[in-house]
Amino acid sequence: MSIVSATATAPVHGPADAVWPAVCWAVGRDLTLALRSRAELGVQLLFYVIVASLFPLATTPERNLLATMGPGVLWVAALLASLLSLPRLFAGDHADGTLEQIALSPYPLVALVSGKIVAHWLTTGLPVVLFAPLLGLQYALDGEALTVLTAALLIGTPILSLLGAIGAALTLGLRASGSLLALLILPLYVPVLIFGAGAVEAARSGLGAGANLSLLGAGLLVALVGAPFAAAAAVRIALD
Amino acid sequence: MPLNWFRYSSPATFYPLAGRMIPWFYGAAALLTVIGLYIGLVAAPTDFQQGDAYRIIFIHVPAAWLSMFLYVVMACWSALALGFNTRLSAMMAQAIAPTGAVMTFIALWTGAFWGRPTWGTYWAWDARMTSELILLFLYLGIIALRNAIDDPRRADRACGVLALTGVVNIPIIYFSVHWWNTLHQGSSVSLTKAPAMAAIMLTGMLIMSFAAWFYSIAASLSRVRTIMVDRERGAAWVGELKEVRNA
Repeated sequence: MSIVSATATAPVHGPADAVWPAVCWAVGRDLTLALRSRAELGVQLLFYVIVASLFPLATTPERNLLATMGPGVLWVAALLASLLSLPRLFAGDHADGTLEQIALSPYPLVALVSGKIVAHWLTTGLPVVLFAPLLGLQYALDGEALTVLTAALLIGTPILSLLGAIGAALTLGLRASGSLLALLILPLYVPVLIFGAGAVEAARSGLGAGANLSLLGAGLLVALVGAPFAAAAAVRIALD
Repeated sequence: MPLNWFRYSSPATFYPLAGRMIPWFYGAAALLTVIGLYIGLVAAPTDFQQGDAYRIIFIHVPAAWLSMFLYVVMACWSALALGFNTRLSAMMAQAIAPTGAVMTFIALWTGAFWGRPTWGTYWAWDARMTSELILLFLYLGIIALRNAIDDPRRADRACGVLALTGVVNIPIIYFSVHWWNTLHQGSSVSLTKAPAMAAIMLTGMLIMSFAAWFYSIAASLSRVRTIMVDRERGAAWVGELKEVRNA
Protein backbone atom coordinates (compact mmCIF):
# COMPACT_ATOMS: atom_id res chain seq x y z
CA MET A 1 0.00 0.00 0.00
CA SER A 2 2.61 2.53 1.03
CA ILE A 3 4.90 1.65 -1.87
CA VAL A 4 2.08 1.93 -4.35
CA SER A 5 0.91 5.32 -3.18
CA ALA A 6 4.49 6.59 -3.00
CA THR A 7 5.17 5.76 -6.64
CA ALA A 8 1.78 7.05 -7.72
CA THR A 9 2.20 10.46 -6.11
CA ALA A 10 5.94 11.04 -6.42
CA PRO A 11 6.31 12.69 -9.88
CA VAL A 12 4.83 16.18 -9.78
CA HIS A 13 4.58 16.82 -13.53
CA GLY A 14 4.80 13.27 -14.73
CA PRO A 15 2.38 10.46 -15.57
CA ALA A 16 0.47 11.16 -12.35
CA ASP A 17 -1.11 14.17 -14.05
CA ALA A 18 -1.85 12.32 -17.27
CA VAL A 19 -5.46 11.48 -16.56
CA TRP A 20 -6.88 11.40 -20.08
CA PRO A 21 -4.14 9.29 -21.66
CA ALA A 22 -4.61 6.82 -18.82
CA VAL A 23 -8.39 6.69 -19.31
CA CYS A 24 -8.00 6.27 -23.07
CA TRP A 25 -5.36 3.58 -22.67
CA ALA A 26 -7.57 1.57 -20.28
CA VAL A 27 -10.63 1.96 -22.53
CA GLY A 28 -8.67 0.89 -25.59
CA ARG A 29 -7.08 -2.09 -23.90
CA ASP A 30 -10.30 -3.44 -22.39
CA LEU A 31 -12.23 -2.88 -25.62
CA THR A 32 -9.58 -4.80 -27.57
CA LEU A 33 -9.70 -7.64 -25.06
CA ALA A 34 -13.49 -7.74 -25.11
CA LEU A 35 -13.69 -7.70 -28.91
CA ARG A 36 -11.27 -10.63 -29.08
CA SER A 37 -13.74 -12.74 -27.11
CA ARG A 38 -16.91 -11.75 -28.91
CA ALA A 39 -18.59 -15.05 -28.08
CA GLU A 40 -18.53 -14.13 -24.40
CA LEU A 41 -20.19 -10.80 -25.10
CA GLY A 42 -22.79 -12.55 -27.23
CA VAL A 43 -23.62 -14.98 -24.45
CA GLN A 44 -24.18 -12.12 -22.01
CA LEU A 45 -26.49 -10.38 -24.43
CA LEU A 46 -28.36 -13.65 -25.00
CA PHE A 47 -28.81 -13.98 -21.24
CA TYR A 48 -30.55 -10.60 -21.24
CA VAL A 49 -32.78 -11.61 -24.15
CA ILE A 50 -33.69 -14.96 -22.62
CA VAL A 51 -34.53 -13.56 -19.18
CA ALA A 52 -36.75 -10.98 -20.83
CA SER A 53 -38.44 -13.70 -22.90
CA LEU A 54 -39.21 -15.90 -19.90
CA PHE A 55 -41.61 -13.54 -18.15
CA PRO A 56 -44.49 -13.70 -20.65
CA LEU A 57 -44.26 -17.50 -20.47
CA ALA A 58 -44.39 -17.41 -16.68
CA THR A 59 -47.27 -14.94 -16.47
CA THR A 60 -49.52 -14.15 -19.39
CA PRO A 61 -49.31 -13.14 -23.05
CA GLU A 62 -52.14 -10.65 -22.50
CA ARG A 63 -50.99 -7.42 -24.17
CA ASN A 64 -52.20 -4.91 -21.58
CA LEU A 65 -50.53 -6.75 -18.73
CA LEU A 66 -47.35 -7.20 -20.76
CA ALA A 67 -47.21 -3.49 -21.49
CA THR A 68 -47.67 -2.78 -17.77
CA MET A 69 -44.88 -5.01 -16.53
CA GLY A 70 -42.64 -4.85 -19.59
CA PRO A 71 -40.51 -1.87 -18.53
CA GLY A 72 -39.94 -3.37 -15.09
CA VAL A 73 -39.05 -6.77 -16.49
CA LEU A 74 -36.61 -5.29 -19.00
CA TRP A 75 -34.99 -3.23 -16.24
CA VAL A 76 -34.65 -6.24 -13.95
CA ALA A 77 -33.14 -8.18 -16.84
CA ALA A 78 -30.70 -5.30 -17.46
CA LEU A 79 -29.75 -5.34 -13.76
CA LEU A 80 -29.12 -9.07 -13.82
CA ALA A 81 -27.17 -8.88 -17.08
CA SER A 82 -25.00 -6.14 -15.57
CA LEU A 83 -24.50 -8.22 -12.41
CA LEU A 84 -23.51 -11.26 -14.46
CA SER A 85 -20.91 -9.33 -16.43
CA LEU A 86 -19.33 -7.53 -13.46
CA PRO A 87 -16.75 -10.22 -12.55
CA ARG A 88 -15.19 -9.66 -16.01
CA LEU A 89 -14.31 -6.12 -14.99
CA PHE A 90 -11.40 -6.98 -12.69
CA ALA A 91 -11.30 -10.73 -12.05
CA GLY A 92 -9.37 -11.71 -15.17
CA ASP A 93 -6.74 -9.03 -14.64
CA HIS A 94 -6.58 -9.93 -10.96
CA ALA A 95 -6.00 -13.62 -11.67
CA ASP A 96 -3.04 -13.12 -14.04
CA GLY A 97 -1.43 -10.29 -12.08
CA THR A 98 -2.18 -7.54 -14.60
CA LEU A 99 -4.26 -5.64 -12.09
CA GLU A 100 -1.27 -5.45 -9.76
CA GLN A 101 0.87 -4.01 -12.56
CA ILE A 102 -1.89 -1.52 -13.36
CA ALA A 103 -2.00 -0.41 -9.73
CA LEU A 104 1.81 -0.12 -9.63
CA SER A 105 1.95 2.05 -12.74
CA PRO A 106 2.67 5.76 -12.19
CA TYR A 107 -0.61 6.71 -13.84
CA PRO A 108 -3.46 7.56 -11.47
CA LEU A 109 -5.35 4.39 -10.58
CA VAL A 110 -8.66 6.28 -10.56
CA ALA A 111 -8.18 7.15 -14.23
CA LEU A 112 -7.28 3.58 -15.16
CA VAL A 113 -10.25 2.20 -13.24
CA SER A 114 -12.53 4.80 -14.89
CA GLY A 115 -11.31 3.65 -18.28
CA LYS A 116 -12.09 0.05 -17.39
CA ILE A 117 -15.58 1.06 -16.29
CA VAL A 118 -16.19 2.94 -19.54
CA ALA A 119 -15.07 -0.08 -21.55
CA HIS A 120 -17.29 -2.33 -19.43
CA TRP A 121 -20.30 -0.16 -20.15
CA LEU A 122 -19.52 0.01 -23.87
CA THR A 123 -19.31 -3.78 -24.13
CA THR A 124 -22.14 -4.79 -21.76
CA GLY A 125 -24.38 -1.79 -21.07
CA LEU A 126 -24.63 -0.35 -24.56
CA PRO A 127 -25.76 -3.64 -26.19
CA VAL A 128 -28.50 -3.87 -23.56
CA VAL A 129 -29.64 -0.35 -24.49
CA LEU A 130 -29.56 -1.12 -28.20
CA PHE A 131 -31.57 -4.33 -27.79
CA ALA A 132 -34.19 -2.74 -25.53
CA PRO A 133 -36.46 -1.39 -28.31
CA LEU A 134 -36.61 -4.85 -29.88
CA LEU A 135 -37.50 -6.54 -26.60
CA GLY A 136 -39.91 -3.71 -25.78
CA LEU A 137 -41.84 -4.57 -28.95
CA GLN A 138 -42.32 -8.08 -27.56
CA TYR A 139 -43.91 -6.45 -24.54
CA ALA A 140 -46.37 -4.47 -26.67
CA LEU A 141 -44.83 -1.10 -25.78
CA ASP A 142 -45.72 1.71 -28.14
CA GLY A 143 -43.42 4.25 -29.76
CA GLU A 144 -43.20 6.80 -26.95
CA ALA A 145 -42.70 4.18 -24.25
CA LEU A 146 -39.97 2.54 -26.35
CA THR A 147 -38.16 5.86 -26.75
CA VAL A 148 -38.36 6.62 -23.04
CA LEU A 149 -37.26 3.08 -22.12
CA THR A 150 -34.21 3.35 -24.36
CA ALA A 151 -33.35 6.81 -23.07
CA ALA A 152 -33.71 5.67 -19.45
CA LEU A 153 -31.50 2.65 -20.09
CA LEU A 154 -28.97 4.87 -21.82
CA ILE A 155 -28.70 7.07 -18.72
CA GLY A 156 -29.14 4.28 -16.18
CA THR A 157 -26.87 1.47 -17.35
CA PRO A 158 -23.67 3.55 -16.85
CA ILE A 159 -24.72 3.92 -13.19
CA LEU A 160 -24.96 0.14 -12.99
CA SER A 161 -21.40 -0.22 -14.32
CA LEU A 162 -20.10 2.49 -11.97
CA LEU A 163 -21.70 1.12 -8.81
CA GLY A 164 -20.99 -2.43 -9.87
CA ALA A 165 -17.29 -1.67 -10.21
CA ILE A 166 -17.14 -0.97 -6.46
CA GLY A 167 -18.70 -4.33 -5.68
CA ALA A 168 -16.61 -6.17 -8.25
CA ALA A 169 -13.42 -4.75 -6.73
CA LEU A 170 -14.52 -5.47 -3.16
CA THR A 171 -15.24 -9.12 -3.91
CA LEU A 172 -12.05 -9.82 -5.88
CA GLY A 173 -10.71 -13.27 -5.12
CA LEU A 174 -13.27 -14.11 -2.44
CA ARG A 175 -15.17 -17.34 -1.90
CA ALA A 176 -18.59 -17.41 -3.61
CA SER A 177 -17.87 -13.94 -4.92
CA GLY A 178 -20.68 -14.11 -7.48
CA SER A 179 -23.57 -14.43 -5.05
CA LEU A 180 -21.83 -12.12 -2.58
CA LEU A 181 -21.62 -9.51 -5.34
CA ALA A 182 -25.38 -9.81 -5.86
CA LEU A 183 -26.03 -9.24 -2.16
CA LEU A 184 -23.74 -6.21 -2.06
CA ILE A 185 -24.78 -4.52 -5.28
CA LEU A 186 -28.44 -5.24 -5.96
CA PRO A 187 -29.69 -3.14 -2.98
CA LEU A 188 -27.62 -0.23 -4.30
CA TYR A 189 -29.23 -0.66 -7.74
CA VAL A 190 -32.72 -0.07 -6.32
CA PRO A 191 -32.96 3.67 -7.07
CA VAL A 192 -31.82 3.11 -10.67
CA LEU A 193 -34.46 0.43 -11.07
CA ILE A 194 -37.19 2.62 -9.60
CA PHE A 195 -36.41 5.74 -11.60
CA GLY A 196 -35.66 3.80 -14.78
CA ALA A 197 -38.82 1.72 -14.79
CA GLY A 198 -40.72 4.67 -13.35
CA ALA A 199 -39.79 6.84 -16.34
CA VAL A 200 -41.56 4.47 -18.73
CA GLU A 201 -44.48 4.07 -16.37
CA ALA A 202 -44.84 7.86 -16.08
CA ALA A 203 -44.66 8.29 -19.85
CA ARG A 204 -47.34 5.64 -20.36
CA SER A 205 -49.68 7.19 -17.82
CA GLY A 206 -49.26 10.64 -19.36
CA LEU A 207 -47.29 12.20 -16.51
CA GLY A 208 -44.21 12.72 -18.65
CA ALA A 209 -40.87 11.01 -18.08
CA GLY A 210 -38.93 14.22 -17.47
CA ALA A 211 -38.71 14.01 -13.69
CA ASN A 212 -37.55 10.40 -13.63
CA LEU A 213 -35.02 10.94 -16.40
CA SER A 214 -33.67 14.02 -14.63
CA LEU A 215 -33.26 12.05 -11.41
CA LEU A 216 -31.48 9.28 -13.31
CA GLY A 217 -29.20 11.91 -14.83
CA ALA A 218 -28.48 13.36 -11.39
CA GLY A 219 -27.69 9.85 -10.14
CA LEU A 220 -25.33 9.35 -13.08
CA LEU A 221 -23.47 12.57 -12.24
CA VAL A 222 -23.12 11.61 -8.56
CA ALA A 223 -21.95 8.12 -9.50
CA LEU A 224 -19.49 9.53 -12.04
CA VAL A 225 -17.92 11.73 -9.38
CA GLY A 226 -17.83 9.24 -6.53
CA ALA A 227 -17.80 5.68 -7.80
CA PRO A 228 -14.40 5.63 -9.60
CA PHE A 229 -12.68 6.77 -6.40
CA ALA A 230 -14.44 4.14 -4.29
CA ALA A 231 -13.68 1.47 -6.90
CA ALA A 232 -10.01 2.47 -7.05
CA ALA A 233 -9.81 2.35 -3.24
CA ALA A 234 -11.44 -1.08 -3.32
CA VAL A 235 -8.92 -2.29 -5.92
CA ARG A 236 -6.06 -1.20 -3.67
CA ILE A 237 -7.66 -2.98 -0.73
CA ALA A 238 -8.01 -6.16 -2.77
CA LEU A 239 -4.37 -6.06 -3.84
CA ASP A 240 -2.87 -5.65 -0.38
CA MET B 1 -3.59 18.04 32.98
CA PRO B 2 -3.73 17.83 29.17
CA LEU B 3 -6.38 15.43 28.02
CA ASN B 4 -5.07 12.58 25.91
CA TRP B 5 -7.80 11.94 23.33
CA PHE B 6 -6.11 8.84 22.04
CA ARG B 7 -5.66 7.08 25.36
CA TYR B 8 -8.62 4.78 24.76
CA SER B 9 -8.03 4.26 21.05
CA SER B 10 -5.82 1.27 21.82
CA PRO B 11 -7.48 -2.09 22.42
CA ALA B 12 -5.28 -2.69 25.48
CA THR B 13 -6.71 0.34 27.31
CA PHE B 14 -10.19 0.22 25.84
CA TYR B 15 -10.80 -3.42 26.75
CA PRO B 16 -10.98 -2.81 30.54
CA LEU B 17 -12.86 0.47 30.07
CA ALA B 18 -15.49 -1.28 27.93
CA GLY B 19 -15.70 -4.01 30.56
CA ARG B 20 -16.48 -1.42 33.25
CA MET B 21 -19.06 0.37 31.07
CA ILE B 22 -21.02 -2.67 29.92
CA PRO B 23 -22.84 -3.43 33.24
CA TRP B 24 -23.94 0.19 33.55
CA PHE B 25 -25.40 0.28 30.06
CA TYR B 26 -27.09 -3.11 30.45
CA GLY B 27 -28.43 -1.98 33.83
CA ALA B 28 -29.75 1.30 32.45
CA ALA B 29 -31.30 -0.54 29.51
CA ALA B 30 -33.03 -3.03 31.81
CA LEU B 31 -34.33 -0.32 34.15
CA LEU B 32 -35.64 1.83 31.30
CA THR B 33 -37.23 -1.22 29.65
CA VAL B 34 -39.17 -1.97 32.83
CA ILE B 35 -40.32 1.64 33.17
CA GLY B 36 -41.05 1.98 29.46
CA LEU B 37 -42.98 -1.26 29.25
CA TYR B 38 -44.97 -0.35 32.35
CA ILE B 39 -45.95 2.96 30.77
CA GLY B 40 -46.57 1.32 27.40
CA LEU B 41 -48.51 -1.74 28.48
CA VAL B 42 -50.20 -0.59 31.70
CA ALA B 43 -50.28 3.18 32.11
CA ALA B 44 -50.95 4.25 28.51
CA PRO B 45 -54.64 4.18 27.55
CA THR B 46 -56.04 2.06 24.76
CA ASP B 47 -56.08 3.87 21.43
CA PHE B 48 -59.61 4.66 20.31
CA GLN B 49 -58.86 3.78 16.68
CA GLN B 50 -56.32 0.97 16.77
CA GLY B 51 -57.25 -0.66 20.06
CA ASP B 52 -54.44 -2.36 21.91
CA ALA B 53 -52.60 -3.26 18.71
CA TYR B 54 -50.88 0.12 18.70
CA ARG B 55 -48.87 -0.88 21.79
CA ILE B 56 -46.32 -2.60 19.58
CA ILE B 57 -44.98 0.84 18.69
CA PHE B 58 -43.15 0.80 22.02
CA ILE B 59 -40.90 -1.87 20.51
CA HIS B 60 -41.30 -1.08 16.84
CA VAL B 61 -40.44 2.61 16.75
CA PRO B 62 -37.29 2.39 18.92
CA ALA B 63 -36.04 -0.54 16.84
CA ALA B 64 -36.67 1.35 13.60
CA TRP B 65 -34.91 4.47 14.88
CA LEU B 66 -31.96 2.46 16.12
CA SER B 67 -31.69 0.49 12.87
CA MET B 68 -31.06 3.70 10.92
CA PHE B 69 -29.02 5.42 13.62
CA LEU B 70 -26.70 2.41 14.04
CA TYR B 71 -25.96 2.33 10.32
CA VAL B 72 -24.81 5.94 10.47
CA VAL B 73 -22.73 5.24 13.60
CA MET B 74 -21.18 2.21 11.88
CA ALA B 75 -20.38 4.31 8.81
CA CYS B 76 -18.77 6.97 11.03
CA TRP B 77 -16.51 4.38 12.67
CA SER B 78 -15.71 3.01 9.21
CA ALA B 79 -14.78 6.49 7.99
CA LEU B 80 -12.52 6.96 11.01
CA ALA B 81 -10.94 3.58 10.38
CA LEU B 82 -10.33 4.33 6.70
CA GLY B 83 -9.14 7.87 7.32
CA PHE B 84 -6.86 7.36 10.29
CA ASN B 85 -6.15 3.65 9.88
CA THR B 86 -7.16 3.03 13.50
CA ARG B 87 -7.74 -0.58 14.46
CA LEU B 88 -10.30 0.01 17.16
CA SER B 89 -12.62 2.08 14.93
CA ALA B 90 -12.85 -0.79 12.47
CA MET B 91 -13.55 -3.21 15.30
CA MET B 92 -16.35 -0.94 16.53
CA ALA B 93 -17.85 -0.88 13.03
CA GLN B 94 -17.66 -4.68 12.92
CA ALA B 95 -19.27 -4.95 16.36
CA ILE B 96 -22.19 -2.64 15.55
CA ALA B 97 -23.27 -4.38 12.31
CA PRO B 98 -25.04 -7.42 13.87
CA THR B 99 -26.88 -5.27 16.42
CA GLY B 100 -28.03 -2.99 13.62
CA ALA B 101 -29.21 -5.94 11.57
CA VAL B 102 -31.14 -7.32 14.57
CA MET B 103 -32.81 -3.93 15.16
CA THR B 104 -33.79 -3.76 11.48
CA PHE B 105 -35.23 -7.25 11.66
CA ILE B 106 -37.19 -6.45 14.83
CA ALA B 107 -38.58 -3.31 13.22
CA LEU B 108 -39.73 -5.28 10.16
CA TRP B 109 -41.14 -8.17 12.19
CA THR B 110 -43.07 -6.06 14.68
CA GLY B 111 -44.24 -3.87 11.81
CA ALA B 112 -45.72 -6.93 10.12
CA PHE B 113 -47.49 -7.93 13.33
CA TRP B 114 -48.87 -4.45 13.74
CA GLY B 115 -49.93 -4.30 10.11
CA ARG B 116 -52.00 -7.48 10.25
CA PRO B 117 -54.71 -6.21 12.67
CA THR B 118 -54.44 -2.56 11.61
CA TRP B 119 -54.03 -2.69 7.84
CA GLY B 120 -55.29 -6.23 7.34
CA THR B 121 -52.00 -7.38 5.83
CA TYR B 122 -48.61 -8.51 7.07
CA TRP B 123 -46.73 -6.80 4.30
CA ALA B 124 -47.40 -3.81 2.08
CA TRP B 125 -44.99 -2.15 -0.28
CA ASP B 126 -45.03 0.96 1.83
CA ALA B 127 -42.10 3.34 1.44
CA ARG B 128 -40.82 2.96 4.98
CA MET B 129 -41.15 -0.83 5.02
CA THR B 130 -39.45 -1.18 1.65
CA SER B 131 -36.52 1.03 2.56
CA GLU B 132 -36.19 -0.77 5.91
CA LEU B 133 -36.03 -4.06 4.00
CA ILE B 134 -33.29 -2.68 1.77
CA LEU B 135 -31.48 -1.47 4.88
CA LEU B 136 -31.57 -5.04 6.18
CA PHE B 137 -29.99 -6.20 2.89
CA LEU B 138 -27.27 -3.57 3.28
CA TYR B 139 -26.48 -4.80 6.82
CA LEU B 140 -26.46 -8.43 5.67
CA GLY B 141 -24.20 -7.51 2.75
CA ILE B 142 -21.66 -5.96 5.09
CA ILE B 143 -21.75 -8.94 7.45
CA ALA B 144 -21.43 -11.37 4.51
CA LEU B 145 -18.51 -9.44 3.02
CA ARG B 146 -16.81 -9.50 6.43
CA ASN B 147 -17.25 -13.27 6.66
CA ALA B 148 -15.95 -13.87 3.15
CA ILE B 149 -12.59 -12.17 3.77
CA ASP B 150 -10.09 -14.06 5.89
CA ASP B 151 -7.64 -11.23 6.51
CA PRO B 152 -9.28 -8.99 9.13
CA ARG B 153 -7.42 -5.85 8.02
CA ARG B 154 -8.59 -6.27 4.44
CA ALA B 155 -12.09 -7.03 5.71
CA ASP B 156 -12.04 -3.81 7.78
CA ARG B 157 -11.24 -1.63 4.84
CA ALA B 158 -13.50 -3.45 2.35
CA CYS B 159 -16.45 -3.22 4.75
CA GLY B 160 -15.57 0.43 5.37
CA VAL B 161 -15.77 1.26 1.68
CA LEU B 162 -19.05 -0.65 1.43
CA ALA B 163 -20.53 1.03 4.51
CA LEU B 164 -19.65 4.49 3.20
CA THR B 165 -21.07 3.68 -0.24
CA GLY B 166 -24.21 2.52 1.53
CA VAL B 167 -24.53 5.60 3.71
CA VAL B 168 -24.38 7.84 0.62
CA ASN B 169 -27.04 5.67 -0.96
CA ILE B 170 -29.46 5.42 1.95
CA PRO B 171 -31.10 8.84 1.44
CA ILE B 172 -31.28 8.21 -2.31
CA ILE B 173 -32.86 4.80 -1.72
CA TYR B 174 -35.27 6.26 0.81
CA PHE B 175 -36.49 9.03 -1.49
CA SER B 176 -36.66 6.81 -4.55
CA VAL B 177 -38.80 4.30 -2.68
CA HIS B 178 -40.90 7.10 -1.22
CA TRP B 179 -41.67 8.64 -4.61
CA TRP B 180 -42.24 5.27 -6.18
CA ASN B 181 -44.71 4.52 -3.40
CA THR B 182 -46.63 7.78 -3.78
CA LEU B 183 -47.12 6.97 -7.45
CA HIS B 184 -48.33 3.45 -6.73
CA GLN B 185 -50.30 4.07 -3.56
CA GLY B 186 -52.51 1.06 -2.95
CA SER B 187 -56.09 1.53 -1.84
CA SER B 188 -56.30 -0.91 1.06
CA VAL B 189 -53.60 0.66 3.17
CA SER B 190 -53.89 4.10 4.68
CA LEU B 191 -50.58 5.62 5.61
CA THR B 192 -51.84 8.77 7.24
CA LYS B 193 -50.05 9.34 10.49
CA ALA B 194 -51.83 8.46 13.68
CA PRO B 195 -53.54 11.48 15.23
CA ALA B 196 -51.31 13.51 17.51
CA MET B 197 -49.97 11.12 20.05
CA ALA B 198 -50.93 11.38 23.71
CA ALA B 199 -48.11 12.66 25.89
CA ILE B 200 -47.92 9.46 27.91
CA MET B 201 -47.52 7.35 24.77
CA LEU B 202 -44.73 9.61 23.59
CA THR B 203 -43.02 9.38 26.97
CA GLY B 204 -43.17 5.60 26.90
CA MET B 205 -41.79 5.52 23.37
CA LEU B 206 -38.91 7.85 24.22
CA ILE B 207 -38.01 5.83 27.31
CA MET B 208 -38.07 2.64 25.26
CA SER B 209 -35.87 4.33 22.65
CA PHE B 210 -33.27 5.13 25.28
CA ALA B 211 -33.52 1.55 26.53
CA ALA B 212 -32.91 0.23 23.01
CA TRP B 213 -30.05 2.68 22.56
CA PHE B 214 -28.33 1.68 25.80
CA TYR B 215 -28.87 -1.98 24.98
CA SER B 216 -27.23 -1.44 21.58
CA ILE B 217 -24.24 0.26 23.21
CA ALA B 218 -23.85 -2.54 25.74
CA ALA B 219 -24.24 -5.29 23.13
CA SER B 220 -21.77 -3.60 20.75
CA LEU B 221 -19.25 -3.12 23.53
CA SER B 222 -19.53 -6.77 24.57
CA ARG B 223 -19.02 -7.82 20.99
CA VAL B 224 -16.09 -5.47 20.46
CA ARG B 225 -14.39 -6.95 23.53
CA THR B 226 -14.64 -10.41 21.99
CA ILE B 227 -13.34 -9.09 18.69
CA MET B 228 -10.42 -7.37 20.42
CA VAL B 229 -9.35 -10.53 22.23
CA ASP B 230 -9.81 -12.61 19.10
CA ARG B 231 -7.78 -10.31 16.85
CA GLU B 232 -5.05 -9.49 19.35
CA ARG B 233 -4.72 -12.97 20.80
CA GLY B 234 -0.98 -12.88 20.16
CA ALA B 235 -0.51 -9.62 22.03
CA ALA B 236 0.96 -9.50 25.51
CA TRP B 237 -1.94 -7.61 27.08
CA VAL B 238 -4.38 -10.35 26.12
CA GLY B 239 -2.18 -13.00 27.73
CA GLU B 240 -2.17 -11.00 30.96
CA LEU B 241 -5.98 -10.78 31.17
CA LYS B 242 -7.44 -12.55 34.17
CA GLU B 243 -10.19 -14.23 32.15
CA VAL B 244 -7.69 -15.45 29.54
CA ARG B 245 -5.22 -16.86 32.10
CA ASN B 246 -7.95 -18.69 34.00
CA ALA B 247 -9.51 -20.13 30.87
